[in-house]
Amino acid sequence: MKDFILPDRDFGTPAAKSKLMVTLTIDGFDVTVPEGTSIMRAAATAGISVPKLCATDSIDAFGSCRLCLVEIEGRNGTPASCTTPVAPGLKVHTQNTRLKQLRRGVMELYISDHPLDCLTCSANGDCELQDMAGAVGLRDVRYDAVDTHFKAKNTSGEANPQFIPKDDSNPYFTYDPAKCIVCSRCVRACEEVQGTFALTIEGSGFNSRVSAGMSGDTFLESDCVSCGACVAACPTATLQEKSVIDIGTPERSVITTCAYCGVGCSFKAEMRGDELVRMVPYKNGKANRGHSCVKGRFAYGYASHKDRILNPMIRENINDPWQEVSWAHAMEFTANRMRGIQEKYGRNSVGVITSSRCTNEEAYLVQKLTRAVFMNNNTDTCARVCHSPTGYGLGQTFGTSAGTQDFDSVEQTDVVIIIGANPTDGHPVFASRLKKRLRQGAKLIVIDPRRIDIIDGPHVKASHHLPLRPGTNVAVVSALAHVIVTEGLMNEDFIRTRCDWDEFQDYAEFITQPQHSPEATELLTGVPAADLRAAARLFATGGNGSIYYGLGVTEHSQGSTTVIAIANLAMLTGNIGRPGVGVNPLRGQNNVQGSCDMGSFPHELPGYRHVKNDDVRAVFEEMWGVKIDNEPGLRIPNMLDAAVEGTFKGLYCQGEDILQSDPDTKHVAAGLAAMECVIVHDLFLNETANYAHVFLPGSSFLEKDGTFTNAERRINRVRKVMAPKNGYGDWEVTQLLANAMGAGWTYTHPTQIMDEIALLTPSFAGVSYERLEVLGSIQWPCNDTAPEGTPLMHIDGFVRGKGKFIRTEYIATDEKTGPRFPLLLTTGRILSQYNVGAQTRRTANVIWHDQDLLEIHPHDAEVRGVKDGMWINLASRSGSTSLRATITDRVSPGVVYTTFHHPDTQANVITTDYSDWATNCPEYKVTAVQISPSNGPTEWQVDYNEQAANARRILPAAE
Amino acid sequence: MKLYLSCDAVAKALGVDAVEAALLAEAARRGVTLELVRVGSRGMVWLEPLAEVEVDGIRHAHGPLTAAAVATLFDAPSGLGPTDDLPWMRGQTRLTFARCGVTDPLSLDDYRAHGGLIGLTRALAMGGNAVVTEITESGLRGRGGAGFPTGIKWKTVAGADADQKYIVCNADEGDSGTFADRMIMEGDPFTLIEGMVIAGIAVGATKGYVYIRSEYPDAIDVMQKAVTLARPAGMLGSSVLGSGIAFDMEIRVGAGAYVCGEETSLLNSLEGKRGVVRAKPPLPALEGFLGKPTVVNNVISLATIPVILERGAAFYKDFGLGRSRGTIPLQIAGNVKHGGLYEVAFGLTLGQIVDDIAGGSATGRPVKAVQVGGPLGAYFPRAMFDTPFGYEEFGAKEGLVGHAGIVVFDDTADMLKQARFAMEFCAIESCGKCTPCRIGAVRGAETIDRIARGDPAAIPLLTDLCNTMKAGSLCALGGFTPYPVMSALTHFPDDFARQKEAAE
Repeated sequence: MKDFILPDRDFGTPAAKSKLMVTLTIDGFDVTVPEGTSIMRAAATAGISVPKLCATDSIDAFGSCRLCLVEIEGRNGTPASCTTPVAPGLKVHTQNTRLKQLRRGVMELYISDHPLDCLTCSANGDCELQDMAGAVGLRDVRYDAVDTHFKAKNTSGEANPQFIPKDDSNPYFTYDPAKCIVCSRCVRACEEVQGTFALTIEGSGFNSRVSAGMSGDTFLESDCVSCGACVAACPTATLQEKSVIDIGTPERSVITTCAYCGVGCSFKAEMRGDELVRMVPYKNGKANRGHSCVKGRFAYGYASHKDRILNPMIRENINDPWQEVSWAHAMEFTANRMRGIQEKYGRNSVGVITSSRCTNEEAYLVQKLTRAVFMNNNTDTCARVCHSPTGYGLGQTFGTSAGTQDFDSVEQTDVVIIIGANPTDGHPVFASRLKKRLRQGAKLIVIDPRRIDIIDGPHVKASHHLPLRPGTNVAVVSALAHVIVTEGLMNEDFIRTRCDWDEFQDYAEFITQPQHSPEATELLTGVPAADLRAAARLFATGGNGSIYYGLGVTEHSQGSTTVIAIANLAMLTGNIGRPGVGVNPLRGQNNVQGSCDMGSFPHELPGYRHVKNDDVRAVFEEMWGVKIDNEPGLRIPNMLDAAVEGTFKGLYCQGEDILQSDPDTKHVAAGLAAMECVIVHDLFLNETANYAHVFLPGSSFLEKDGTFTNAERRINRVRKVMAPKNGYGDWEVTQLLANAMGAGWTYTHPTQIMDEIALLTPSFAGVSYERLEVLGSIQWPCNDTAPEGTPLMHIDGFVRGKGKFIRTEYIATDEKTGPRFPLLLTTGRILSQYNVGAQTRRTANVIWHDQDLLEIHPHDAEVRGVKDGMWINLASRSGSTSLRATITDRVSPGVVYTTFHHPDTQANVITTDYSDWATNCPEYKVTAVQISPSNGPTEWQVDYNEQAANARRILPAAE
Repeated sequence: MKLYLSCDAVAKALGVDAVEAALLAEAARRGVTLELVRVGSRGMVWLEPLAEVEVDGIRHAHGPLTAAAVATLFDAPSGLGPTDDLPWMRGQTRLTFARCGVTDPLSLDDYRAHGGLIGLTRALAMGGNAVVTEITESGLRGRGGAGFPTGIKWKTVAGADADQKYIVCNADEGDSGTFADRMIMEGDPFTLIEGMVIAGIAVGATKGYVYIRSEYPDAIDVMQKAVTLARPAGMLGSSVLGSGIAFDMEIRVGAGAYVCGEETSLLNSLEGKRGVVRAKPPLPALEGFLGKPTVVNNVISLATIPVILERGAAFYKDFGLGRSRGTIPLQIAGNVKHGGLYEVAFGLTLGQIVDDIAGGSATGRPVKAVQVGGPLGAYFPRAMFDTPFGYEEFGAKEGLVGHAGIVVFDDTADMLKQARFAMEFCAIESCGKCTPCRIGAVRGAETIDRIARGDPAAIPLLTDLCNTMKAGSLCALGGFTPYPVMSALTHFPDDFARQKEAAE
């Protein structure tokens, strides 16, 4: 794409990584570049743009367009500068009479098969073919082209068989074969960058055509995952965003951060006026390195969806319809209620839930609201229900509550264990980076009850898939450690120097006990012992070993134990403290790391410092000018329990839908219904809002400044590209509420909030918007010793000093299968949808996933008379719901699986209130269920929908 | 009565199997005991089906033989006289093809009895580096067409550090009028296998592939059988001839694309990918099959290795002219009196080949042009028949030796049509990767059509296009298509000077 907005130059070929530098001469200028650099890139670094069409620096050189030919003194012919590496002393000429003629000759051929409708073309002004025709000085096309791909009819008026009409099956982009120059950039991007291999060149010679899937497939029917890499790579209008076709080319661009998953991709929000034209992955983004997935790239339409609520609303009673009011009125109403509750039921009768989707600054303000204005520690966050065991487990063993690596680390890994994560769906951009490494030869071990896509993908095969029974993570990971220790495969040097040797002795005594052997646990876990042994040996001996895990680890009654077991495994094998190794939680939401960092938990002030700690409290007390409670507050489940008991009455819930996302929906509903003031601060009337008294409209990530912290502890800037449609950024709304309650806050920009965070939080001491502007992003800790942040943790020693081995006794969950509930339900997500779907369901992504389906093994389906697509009833000890079945052997017999993106499904009606022993993280991933054929939605679903419809009524604004 | 009968595909096409049946019947009728050996072709295509009768231990030629005329063979066994005394055979220096047509292709005993495995035994004794040196000193250049020194290529692969290396034999012989690869594979498959094993020893490769075009079912069959026979004989396997050095190979079949004879698209095809050309660098010698260092050599190059090792570099190098050393199997075809394979030292002039060896045109009309080097080779007019057969000598005349296919045209040939055919061929066979070839070939044919319609402005456009294709194409397909086009245009301008057809 033309760099009309930002200096985001395309160097033509990827950077070489060699440390050895080579000096050559290009057009008389000396250029020094790393060995392995292409002549094209070397020229670009010297400011010389060699004409090119098939080269772009996100993919390997291909050498097909033949525009970038150069002359090298002493060498024959005219080599392509993209495929020819530099060599010391080369004298290269990029422009002379012969080269000019050659390039014009090539361009003349290109243009002889290209429509000349530039003025009305959607890529007008943003087309490399157009640019190159200008660059090479093409003034005339002398061919009388007979055979073309762009004329719908030939000269006699007959249909041109070579003409393929535009494919607009994908909701976000079109493929117009008439404009294709067959540079293969899209095909190569799909292969090299995304790793899906959905595109190919069909036919040969002049009949070479870009084709998605099999011959005759449309883009939508193909394996295309709509990541947009091909669209970004296309130099012409052939693959074009529909938004650009509709709106026109953008006029400015702002770098910001995606608000979906925890990968935290950097994007250029390309704007025309205050209209977002498109989101383009930013190639200098250090998490994504120029890649994107369908959600971040395309699914931003929810921000302007008609369902979005733009005015504050209140109601006396949750059975009343909503009443739109002014911001001032809403704040007065809310402040009065909350104050009234506190007066009546006590200081601790209210609390907050911070959002993992909002910025660090916003999460910080919300917890500050409860600590400094409500005067209690009743703050919790959705991390409670996802990664709280990560915080606990890694904190105990290593000393920090976060992943140890940056995403770049995956480029140097040799053996990867994925456990309880489905990166191709949940963290697609990371998955693409991982798949690239796997295609280079790294080995993969997957521990998952389900055969997830990455186990058997195009040119990617897992060496071992250990399909464990849900709920047996600890037994499996401990068995891996058992094999490593009993077979003497551990890294004793590392353990002796970096960990506490006595603790290791104790751990070794425990883990070598025969009941931890794979043979002993096989019956329990369902994982064949021989496979497990082979996997353990591979991990221990295969080079740099890294572990990536997700909610399949944490959302269990032994979630924290599994995290500890994973940490033990990494320490045993010495896989901590250098690139290519580490323990890497894949965070679910864009800012779940940040919301935890910001003191959202009831026992911790920002920076994971306990509220009992007087010194820490003193710092905050001095800054905030208040006395902070030294008792930890309530966790979400405790808040709900207290609400049912009648002691907890008011809740400010920002950017979080606890009714849909928290376990045991009926219990959550009962808790909410028992409260007297539920304040929902969100973009949409979410499910929780059905029980709310105050609705404060939220702002999207496009409408405010701030920062998100991704899974690699990377603080990325979120930039305001348009004014908030609701009038205020979320941080401003929280401040309005605080001030309505008398706080007197005076923040005028989030940068001031970050400055306050930096002042109060040692690991953020060096973070400021100024520094972020310079560095692009910062991985905490960032302070005087690490002024540019910390990509890798625990390099020379663990943060806690010596790494701590902890025994990991497997204790089966109380949620057990039996005659009534013989199947185990586990849950997950799908690429096109995100979390509870509030955002993605309001985009064209529904074309890929319009309802949640229950995956069931053919054997289990057969014995229950369940057929593919049939409505089935799914019942657990907690409740029942219904959804359609899909029959697949991706799941093992005895295991069923569903996603939780659609509120109609209400998968959490089924889940129980069992939770992690250490952190209360709910046990979403294991529920004993039974299924049976059904006629449609359950009574509960019907009632629920009725209640929701009733609760969502909005009265017209009073004039 | 001992009788040798060709089993080559050419002989089969010309009815040798019916001849065999007739011979057996005739022998039975006469009560003669027939010892019939099927051998490869002697390369005298105009004499196929060729039968040879052993008289006093000397083979006497009979051909072309028809089923109806087999009786003559019993009545007058001396036929055309001793095969080796035929002028076609006497004029040759058969090194690569020494056994072809002489031995039973699938008899290892025959193979050994005629000098087989001497080269391999010597190679094992001298070791890889010495073999590379020997091949370099022999002056052998790639017989596939590019003429790159084989020893240098091997040295690059030998010097590459890798856990696995490969020998890939390019048997995708697609040039018009060429058949040397097919003939040696059908007539003396063990020499190719031996050559590949020696190559493996030389560079440290343990696995070889022969990529044979699907249009060669007989060659595929013979090679597969030969590989199967070579394993128990110790020619292939974990310890070649008991040396402890491993080498094994597989026969792979192409899918009909001419461009897969280009080494990098061949490698793609061999890997199961689309047969598109790869940019070089990286050279296949460093990143070839499956990204590993790979020797990609033509059948004839590899089949010549055993004789070089057997008789020494100096012996081989003694033949030839200038920088073109050794012998070249000329394949003479088209409108000629005597077509076939003629192995001879480099250096004969084109005139000697066309007029003396081939005997001029089959039609008896004057020879107008000769296309040397396949469909991408230049057309030589009679005025250039003094050009000696050698890589540099042909290059200097804007032509190429290629795979040494020689196709003769008489004076009825329309060189504009031939030029158009070259563009059309390129358009059909283009892999579609690079622009000059993908679009250029189509525009080239269209532009020649304009010339044919009498549009003189199209001639400079065609010339410009040829320059773009020649210098701009990624591989020799697009890069060499201008040779036949421009040679036709340059040497036969009259064929391009069409009158504008009157509109009235």
